[in-house]
Amino acid sequence: MVPLFFAYFSLVSIAAGVLTVALRNPVHCGLALLTLLLHVAGLFVLLNAEFLFAVQIIVYAGAILVLYLFVLMLLNLKTDERYLHAHHVVILLAGLAICGELVLLLSQSPYLGAKGDASAEAILKTGPSHAIGLKMFSDYLLQFEIVGVFLLGAIIGAIVLAKQPKEAEEAR
Amino acid sequence: MTIPLSAYVLVSAILFATGLIGVLIRRNFIIVLMSVEIMLNAANINLVAFSHYLDSMAGQIVALFVIAIAAGEAAVGLAIIIVVFRGKISTNVDEMNLLKW
Repeated sequence: MVPLFFAYFSLVSIAAGVLTVALRNPVHCGLALLTLLLHVAGLFVLLNAEFLFAVQIIVYAGAILVLYLFVLMLLNLKTDERYLHAHHVVILLAGLAICGELVLLLSQSPYLGAKGDASAEAILKTGPSHAIGLKMFSDYLLQFEIVGVFLLGAIIGAIVLAKQPKEAEEAR
Repeated sequence: MTIPLSAYVLVSAILFATGLIGVLIRRNFIIVLMSVEIMLNAANINLVAFSHYLDSMAGQIVALFVIAIAAGEAAVGLAIIIVVFRGKISTNVDEMNLLKW
């Protein structure tokens, strides 16, 4: 059963990724991205990461994607005749070179590493969110605080950037 | 029958390559940001897969941080798009070639 689900989730997420890049209408691209995010969340379930599954659905599909769709609808972008970058041939060659390097590195990888202490049985004993919480608020506390400060900076930055300039407000 | 780790890495590599090509060749700024999200998701699949196969919690926690930073990146990126659009500049990446100072 698990290989069947893995094949479904991976094939649909790859197809949705290709559609996100290839479709012409930005709103359709957003919907394809939503499909991709939901199926990646399915892959997380197969990997015993139930907490990340929930976070992926709530934060990515629920918040980030809605933000994208809001901006798309607010800006009312017209679909262009030409949808590729002006110098896309040259840039595509560079991108393919990077992809080739990726394949080369993957073919040499041993896919091994040092085993940790969180085996599947140990996680299932108390549940995945318990295991993540214990680890995050002990070993990764500093990183957690840094992410909090980063998010505060991102909020302030977004507000400052998107605020109406003073002259435009007075001209109304 | 269990799925090998390399299968997950392969899926994530294909998704990453798709996102990379999208960032490089698309013209619309918003689609470029969406392609960045695809690349971040590919990295997340990799992190969670290695965390599962190597019995370690670290990968999942880093994946959580990646999601948080993706949210911040989306907020700031979309705010920049709104500013650029308000200045009557097109939101095509190959036509935005002027900075103020």
